[in-house]
Amino acid sequence: MNGAAAGQTPPLREAASTSEPIKAIRLRHPWRMVFAVLLVAIFAFFVVDAAFRPAYDWPAVGKYLFDRRISMAALVTIELTVFSMVIAIILGVILAVMRLSPNPVVKSVAWFYLWIFRGTPVYVQLTIWGLISLIYTSIDIGLPFMTPWISFSTNAALNTFTLAVIGLALNEAAYMAEIVRAGLLSVDKGQEEASVALGMSWSQTMTRVILPQSMRVIIPPTGNEVISMLKTTSLVTAVPFSLELFTRSRDISAETFNPIPLLIVASIWYLFFTSILMVGQYFLEKRFSRGVGDRQTDKSDPAAPTTGAITGVVPVVGAGQPTVVLPPRTDAPGTTGDGGAR
Amino acid sequence: MSATTVGGVASVDVPMVLAEQVTKSFGSNEVLKGITLEVKRGEVMCLVGPSGSGKSTFLRCINHLEVLSAGRLSVDGELIGYRESNGKLYEMAPKEAAKQRRDIGMVFQRFNLFPHMTALQNVMEAPLRVKGMPKAKVESNARDLLARVGLADRADYYPAHLSGGQQQRVAIARALAMEPKLMLFDEPTSALDPELVGEVLDVMKGLAREGMTMIVVTHEMGFAREVADSLVFMDAGVVVESGLPSEVLANPRHARTQTFLSKVL
Repeated sequence: MNGAAAGQTPPLREAASTSEPIKAIRLRHPWRMVFAVLLVAIFAFFVVDAAFRPAYDWPAVGKYLFDRRISMAALVTIELTVFSMVIAIILGVILAVMRLSPNPVVKSVAWFYLWIFRGTPVYVQLTIWGLISLIYTSIDIGLPFMTPWISFSTNAALNTFTLAVIGLALNEAAYMAEIVRAGLLSVDKGQEEASVALGMSWSQTMTRVILPQSMRVIIPPTGNEVISMLKTTSLVTAVPFSLELFTRSRDISAETFNPIPLLIVASIWYLFFTSILMVGQYFLEKRFSRGVGDRQTDKSDPAAPTTGAITGVVPVVGAGQPTVVLPPRTDAPGTTGDGGAR
Repeated sequence: MSATTVGGVASVDVPMVLAEQVTKSFGSNEVLKGITLEVKRGEVMCLVGPSGSGKSTFLRCINHLEVLSAGRLSVDGELIGYRESNGKLYEMAPKEAAKQRRDIGMVFQRFNLFPHMTALQNVMEAPLRVKGMPKAKVESNARDLLARVGLADRADYYPAHLSGGQQQRVAIARALAMEPKLMLFDEPTSALDPELVGEVLDVMKGLAREGMTMIVVTHEMGFAREVADSLVFMDAGVVVESGLPSEVLANPRHARTQTFLSKVL
């Protein structure tokens, strides 16, 4: 039997058993090399030039990098980012669920919110928040057209830091809502049906089945939004709130008449924080790709085509500002968000 | 509970599923045009017919995944999706509908396992969250069920690491974990590679032997002939023909049944 089989297909068997690595002259790419050398040369020239250019004033950069005022301002920037982002994510999830609601009123309210907050510049919104005490002089709690139970002055209740957080958070919530909505929609409809068919309630279906799966789609663009938010905090000078990194650096340089080194100092701090965020995002993504790391190999998996298609869209929806690249990944199949990273 | 006595008839005589003139439309498209049928306790019914004939829609109506446009549908003497009082129908709250679904297991064509949970977690999820049973008991039940479908050694695998046939068997175990009185199968083997169909059908045969009431939408005529107590042929939203599988398959009376069977047999 073995002999007969070999007799029928000898060339194939021969080739399979004696195959060896191909030894061929590699295709040369001389222009690639030339271009690379040119780029390195230009970069090196720029670095050397910058190192000796007096306007950069590197000693001043070194002096102010760990200046107490600057590091305190960096801390305030982090606080602004964290508070705004936490509120924005919570509000974003609520808005996303509202937009997917079958109730037309609920849906319209969410749409209207998005229309307003996504349709106007964040700088304008922050300015308006700064002027809120001119529009609403007091905050009253009670029934309309009756003497309020509690009343306090807006100026006393809301300091500029709070206003900055509110302004940033409400604007960001509109973008987060779209990201969460895209994530929820990326989960196969069959998942909800299977969950419902088992007798699970709407909230159980959401928290146990839909949200955990949509995280894989939600996290990459949310990471971008956090990084984006960190940089957008530099706009709260519009409120005006002046204790965060950028405004503080500007204020210091206004005294020293030497703005360039302080801009470099601020940039170094921003870069430091965004780098940390990128690392954190990498590990979060790994955590939430559990069970789906190599799904491309399984052709019968229903969710595979859907997720791939949706993630490409997400960053476009959420990108309010230019964003930073995602960290490189080793697990090439099944990764998300690559298409949107810039 | 409501399956006690209806008009002096003992509970054993209440059919498991009773459909009367069940109609379903999606917009102007009428998918079910008055389906009337009865499934007895312990009966295995196979629903066959060309695609688009409304088999799956009917199955989903039984589980209230689709809402009827007209007609009545009851499971174990209990009206599905509505409450009747003083001759009026009241739409059920989602909570009540969810309660009804607990007793009806469903297996889908695309398995719909939860990809972020292992096989064991998939089986444990509903008894833990819905019934609130103690975890240790749920886990030992789940392991028993996985063993019953021949997957004891795959308990800690994620669905993506299981073959289609294995995934579908986990899905069956997941449905059984709620101890349903009725199992609905929506083309359970249609998404499987041919060599994996047998393992799923074997599990279903085992269930049938144990007396589970089952409604199976399928194209597997061999399974229907061997296991089913009754066979219903549907086309264009109506029941064209029904009867014993051996009779319908051997001597289809209607031209439409004959045409369909000549293509699939």
